Amino acid sequence: MDYSQFLLMKQEIALLVVFLLVFLYDTFAPKKALGALSGITCALFGIYTIAGFCTCVTGVSDTAFAGMYATSPIIAMIKNVLNVGVLIVLIQSVKWVNNDSTVVRRGEFYELLLVTLFGMYLMISARHFLLFVIGLESASLPLAAMVAFDKKRYESHEASIKYILTAVFSSAIFMMGLSFVYGLSGSLYFSEIYGAIGSVSSPMIICALAFVIAGVGFKLSLVPFHLWTADVYQGAPTPVTSYLSVISKGSAAFAFLVILVQCFGAVYEDAWEWMLYALIILTITIGNLFAIRQRNMKRFLAFSSVSQAGYIMLGIVGMNAMGLAAMVYYILVYVFSNLAAFGVIQAIENNTGKVDMDDYRGLSKTNPKLSFAMMLAMFSLAGIPPFAGFFSKFFIFTAAINQGSIAIYVLVLIALINTIISLYYYLLVVKAMYISDEPSTIERFKSSCTDRVGLIITVAGIIFLGIVSVVYNHILTLAERSGLF
Amino acid sequence: MEINALYYLIPSLIMFACGVYGFITRRNMIAMLISLELMLNSVDMNFVVFNRFLFPGQMEGMFFTLFAIAIAAAETALAIAIIVNVYRANNDIDVRDICKMKF
Repeated sequence: MDYSQFLLMKQEIALLVVFLLVFLYDTFAPKKALGALSGITCALFGIYTIAGFCTCVTGVSDTAFAGMYATSPIIAMIKNVLNVGVLIVLIQSVKWVNNDSTVVRRGEFYELLLVTLFGMYLMISARHFLLFVIGLESASLPLAAMVAFDKKRYESHEASIKYILTAVFSSAIFMMGLSFVYGLSGSLYFSEIYGAIGSVSSPMIICALAFVIAGVGFKLSLVPFHLWTADVYQGAPTPVTSYLSVISKGSAAFAFLVILVQCFGAVYEDAWEWMLYALIILTITIGNLFAIRQRNMKRFLAFSSVSQAGYIMLGIVGMNAMGLAAMVYYILVYVFSNLAAFGVIQAIENNTGKVDMDDYRGLSKTNPKLSFAMMLAMFSLAGIPPFAGFFSKFFIFTAAINQGSIAIYVLVLIALINTIISLYYYLLVVKAMYISDEPSTIERFKSSCTDRVGLIITVAGIIFLGIVSVVYNHILTLAERSGLF
Repeated sequence: MEINALYYLIPSLIMFACGVYGFITRRNMIAMLISLELMLNSVDMNFVVFNRFLFPGQMEGMFFTLFAIAIAAAETALAIAIIVNVYRANNDIDVRDICKMKF
């Protein structure tokens, strides 16, 4: 066996090293030194994130383990994007995880989080369905334990039972689809499946595709598989919610693209083009309509993230490198905008325990900086021009339209109309914070140092990612060399 | 009488359908979990049958089944732990009572 192929997995191995160091420190450090655990985890992960960006410039494209595992510069890039998100989540969660009820278990929180990230890496890099399923499960099962982390809150239990039952249900459906694929092609390698099913669709391929899309759609919370999203997002502890909505969704979206293109790319027009259109339209529209009536901020962001998942899916429609680049860029921008919103929600929840939109009335008078960060996050999520969210939407629409059929134009038109609807409910939050004259129910408070660091990073990302065009150009060159299409 | 793949695939599909039906209609969380197990087991059976009858020269389906069984066990263990948690908080494992968060 050629052991040098392990070098291709350098990101996985580095993550594993971080995990082991955190685990060993948590287990063997003397009681007095345990207080430094959060700091050490953030520092280790920060070093790893920066090192990841330094090495991805010279990324290689290759496969390992008989083609089961693949890496390329764009794959290294999406992993780095996820790392940035995880780093921000880790920084933002320090205050929460060190409160009285969770402080003894905070090691578990970090370990579970790093293990799920490892699973997502496998999902992204897998070129064989066995490895993919293992990655999918190790990404979603520890998350259920993390959702149940707040033992004192009843909602946390409720959310976790809803999450685990729907996750197992969806993975069972997904694996049923895989068994059909296996029956059709006699292999679980993506490339061999592509060759075996050819370009002619049959009822069995359509059935298998529907099952596979339903299974991954659950993870991505595409409508009509989104019903768990709002409940789980509301019940889970807020750092876990932000992790679920950004990292889990981003990795699943990328893996979804890889599966659809690499296994079923040949039957695109025959079998799943219209399936995808219907899913995208439903996801964006229903996510938006339900977001309008939410009063709880976490539920509100849950439905907003459902509709954002629809926009991310637009990157697949184009079936070209531009779509892939636009998708990765969208995920990057979404990481910053959504984590900024969750950062504000967390800071307020940790200090006052309030998560209702009505509590945010007049927030700008008592906490102007937090309101400002929230406003930028909402503008970016809605896609208002100078901020990053506008550019990510612009690129993803351009990439979709590039394919140039009437159906695509209609699809993009519907997505554009939905952007306007989303503007309404994002601005509801801004209106509550800035225009409402009622005295605020939230006192002025000083947010913790880590909250502030997290917010500064995310706000800087929102402002600069759109303007610094080199980011998108770099992603585009990586995507063109990906060899996926 | 020759026993061909169909004799295994049809029971497997019926098992899967029963699992889906049970998951949707049962109100007890343990019963729902059992239904999920039915679905996962029918997947395993499908893989083994496809491997045995259609591609006897290789072992890929069998290996997948082995891993799927392990994954199903992990899922069940975690789900049971969470159900115990819910029972402690709620004194009940009826899903109709898990309805604090809605719409």
